[in-house]
Amino acid sequence: MRTPESIDALETQPWVLPSRRKVGLLCLLATESALFTIFVVAYLFYLGKSLNGPYPKDILSIPWLASVALISSSVSADLAERAFRCGNRGRFQAMLAVTILLGLGFLGATALEWKRLILVEHFTINGNLAGTTFYALVGLHASHVIVGLLLLTVVLLLSLKGAVASRQHERIQMLTWYWHFVDAIWIVVFLVVYVFGR
Amino acid sequence: MGSRLGLNSPIARVAAIATFLEGPALLAETHPVANIFKPLSAPAEAIHEISILALLICTAIFVVVGGLLAYAVVRFRSRPGDDTSEPPQVYGSVQLEMAWTAIPILVVVVLVVATLRTTAAIQNAPLPPDALQVRVVGHQWWWEIEYPGLGIVTANELHVPVSARDRRRPTAIHLESADVIHSFWVPQMAGKTDLIPSRTNRMWLEPYQTGTFLGNCAEYCGTQHAKMMLRVVVDTPEEFDRWVAAQKAAPVESPAAQQGRDVFLQTSCVNCHRIQGTSANGVFGPDLSRLMTRQTLAAGAAANTPENLRRWLRDPATIKPGCLMPNMRLTPTEVEQIATYLETLR
Amino acid sequence: MATTPSRTPAPAASEPFSLPTWLHGWVTTADHKRLGVMYILAGLGFFVVSGTMAALIRIQLVVPNNQFLPPEMFNRLFTMHGTAMVFLVGMPIIAGLMNYLVPLMIGARDMAFPRLNAFGFWIFLFGGCLLYFSYLAAPGLSGAGSAPDVGWFAYSPLTGKAFSRGHSTDYWILSILISGIGSLCSAVNVIVTVVCMRCRGMTLMRMPLFVWIVLVVAYLIVIVLPPLTAAQIMLLLDRFLGAKFFDTQAGGSAVLWQHFFWIFGHPEVYILILPGFAVASEIIPVFSRKPIFGYAVMVGATVMIGFISLGVWAHHMFTIGMSAMSNAFFATSTMLVGIPTGIKLFNWLGTMWGGKIRFRTPMLFCVAFLFQFLCAGLTGIMLAVAPFDWQLSDSYFVVAHFHYVLIGGLLFTIFGAIYYWFPKVTGRLMSERLGRWHFWLFALGFNLTFAPLHIAGILGMPRRIYTYDAGRGWEIWNLVATIGVAFQALGILFFVANLLWSSRRGARAGDDPWDAWTLEWSTTSPPPPYNFETLPTVRSRRPLWDLKHPSDPDWRVE
Repeated sequence: MRTPESIDALETQPWVLPSRRKVGLLCLLATESALFTIFVVAYLFYLGKSLNGPYPKDILSIPWLASVALISSSVSADLAERAFRCGNRGRFQAMLAVTILLGLGFLGATALEWKRLILVEHFTINGNLAGTTFYALVGLHASHVIVGLLLLTVVLLLSLKGAVASRQHERIQMLTWYWHFVDAIWIVVFLVVYVFGR
Repeated sequence: MGSRLGLNSPIARVAAIATFLEGPALLAETHPVANIFKPLSAPAEAIHEISILALLICTAIFVVVGGLLAYAVVRFRSRPGDDTSEPPQVYGSVQLEMAWTAIPILVVVVLVVATLRTTAAIQNAPLPPDALQVRVVGHQWWWEIEYPGLGIVTANELHVPVSARDRRRPTAIHLESADVIHSFWVPQMAGKTDLIPSRTNRMWLEPYQTGTFLGNCAEYCGTQHAKMMLRVVVDTPEEFDRWVAAQKAAPVESPAAQQGRDVFLQTSCVNCHRIQGTSANGVFGPDLSRLMTRQTLAAGAAANTPENLRRWLRDPATIKPGCLMPNMRLTPTEVEQIATYLETLR
Repeated sequence: MATTPSRTPAPAASEPFSLPTWLHGWVTTADHKRLGVMYILAGLGFFVVSGTMAALIRIQLVVPNNQFLPPEMFNRLFTMHGTAMVFLVGMPIIAGLMNYLVPLMIGARDMAFPRLNAFGFWIFLFGGCLLYFSYLAAPGLSGAGSAPDVGWFAYSPLTGKAFSRGHSTDYWILSILISGIGSLCSAVNVIVTVVCMRCRGMTLMRMPLFVWIVLVVAYLIVIVLPPLTAAQIMLLLDRFLGAKFFDTQAGGSAVLWQHFFWIFGHPEVYILILPGFAVASEIIPVFSRKPIFGYAVMVGATVMIGFISLGVWAHHMFTIGMSAMSNAFFATSTMLVGIPTGIKLFNWLGTMWGGKIRFRTPMLFCVAFLFQFLCAGLTGIMLAVAPFDWQLSDSYFVVAHFHYVLIGGLLFTIFGAIYYWFPKVTGRLMSERLGRWHFWLFALGFNLTFAPLHIAGILGMPRRIYTYDAGRGWEIWNLVATIGVAFQALGILFFVANLLWSSRRGARAGDDPWDAWTLEWSTTSPPPPYNFETLPTVRSRRPLWDLKHPSDPDWRVE
């Protein structure tokens, strides 16, 4: 025998479950974290085990410019998302463009660093363990930056065409969350490779 | 080999094995069946003890739980005359859950304690300082065996002295690999330990019975993993000393084998094989200096008989297809000459 | 308003059948039910191919020094058999069951991301075909072997460029990497669906146990598949760019591959067997006519397995020469994970106890599962005792153990699942008669094959050998094992015949042929594309029990 209160309660109380997009993205970020963890573990495991040089402590210099660019791009991404939520389309597009440019700056600085390491220092992925683990880890991160930049660019172009509606703010938010994640991974990579590992 | 040659009776099989395993050297009693529950060496015995404990516990659990399952399946089946009412709907029982959580925990505690003790006892066992030191290097698909203290290098058959419970004579084995991962497993002697490149692993034997004990490589290492077999020959102290002396003795020069020796040294055999007292100094393949003291050829792939030796020289792939010794394209004369020469290496 | 069984309106007058249209419908579908069926059919297809490989292996090993297969071919067969069974049979069939059943069981109209679902299926299928394509394409110009022959766990340095020439190993890496992406897509989809799309009233503790268990499976996939992907990327970098991850000559570590692989590999076997538990947890209650015993404890035990299984991986590495302390740690953690597993077995026993057991085909398979999994779990405990493992590892004892888990445990419950849910999927019951023939032949054959192999391992027979000498004491066990294959093959024939016959001529099933209690049985068989006419509201774990027993509903007790 069902009591009237329980029926009412069940039927009238709001039945709220988490947002699909958020949970989906969190699962993606969890899986990516697991992936990066293994590359970090390999990097740490092989620290100091190279049989021959060049050695990280001799040739790596702290990538200040690249890191500042990437961290700032997270700030601009956050500003973009806020602007979108407020309905400020122009500011949103501007901040998005700034994010992309800063991201490209990060990639450019990384490319210059790699050019120096490979051509001048002869530090290569097949040269020694340090090179193997360095290029694998930093390269994996860079590939995620590239994917993020592609997504940001697509959204910017769509927005410039007027195809992004304000009700899609959660999608924009998911994109900026992904970008923040890429940034957070950089902080880990930075600490492991350039601070702890040198 | 067994049934193909029509050897259907056990006696015929045993006889075939005896012939197969007879070698020109020490004819110790061979134990072809490597039963892990018939340990004949200290580490294997320690393993055996805890294995019996685990086996008994698991058997008891199987009998009890399996019995209850069987009982439930029979006692609570629905019978044709049954009415269609549902049985009492029972949702759980806290006491039962606690009971059947506590009992497995107790069982696990017992096993964990036993495991910790046995693991430490075997792995951290102190060996007397005069224990025989052996270095085994795994290759695709043969075993290089070196006695650094005695200056002996051989292959595929490990000779060790028998030990007594009051007068220990263990053998310490250092395991390395020249290529991929292998695993040293002679069940009646000890548990298996892997041979991993760029790493040295340690194990030890302390056999209490003389005889020849069979084993295998136990980590898949490529095409001929199956025929990378092992023999541990446990000698009495006198037999062991005689074997050592024979391994270290100066090679015998036999004029009849002179031709074969020349062919051997002039062909690319020397790129892979070493023969003491000659210019052959290859390390890629087994050391052949005392080839005739071994019971088998090609790491157990064939008995060490004159016929098999010639078969091998004609084309190794007929005995061990895929092995890394290529067909040397020897003429029948060369085969005979080299074989004659190799047969003097004792 | 309680849950009302949904009824579809009568189907419209059908148009003439057009093959291109029919195919197009299946190829472009994002409907979780169709994708589920496609996953299962693809998995069964790979099962038949991989099972044939196993039969060839057993024929080669039936007598000593057999010359049926050369060593190179044998080594490829066992590699392909293991790889395919894990990645192309187990994972997709599980994905199929999850994708088909989860939305129906939680009262949703589809999965959270239907297009991701479709993408996951097709990429798995592509990866699977890529693996078999190696038979044709890998020889290339180098004259090296075709299909991969490095074993399903592909230890380095055997997989390095020096020891695996040509591209066979590259096919192994790429095909698994690609189909792994499909598994990840399924897993993310399941998690989001379960967390975000349960119908009104279905709290987490009111979900069917099947849904709880596959949720844990999905979470495991999300966490442990990346280590395999990472290791495979590293191996690709080694093989193609000369990286040194596993190059022992350059200071790399062969053991590192093993750690990364087994960090994936051990949870993977829980990923494989937990869905079997999920199926058993649905079938056993229905055919015992009682609710699952100790639902909350079952949930807790599953979650515990999900966590503890992440910390046992090095029990596959007891022989590599780790310190006594490391060996002791992993032996302990491995035995610990056996406790929640045992608890589940006792709860299934408690479910059957006092019930009125109906031995229809699904239940036959689940009862056999209980006995066989008991064996498997106990041999697993033996293997957890590190010193015992030093003898048993890499021998046929391990082969027997994991086949008891995967065939005796997983495959039997998969068969049970197919017999149980086939009526829901197709609207027709499978033949009980053919089902019994299938069951008894296969159960006999399976046990005949794998029970003796325990003994072969105890007598020193190592794994992955293409032949062996007479006189080692292995002959009789191998002979009996191969005879068992014939019975298994016959059983599968009956199964396939049953599938084909029943899909045309099976008795009409109706909505709820088994008198069950979860939401999938409240809609038509087969369900309409939108699953439920109105999304249900539930008040307990067995909404249909509440409907059928209004005077004694579950929510009074829960």
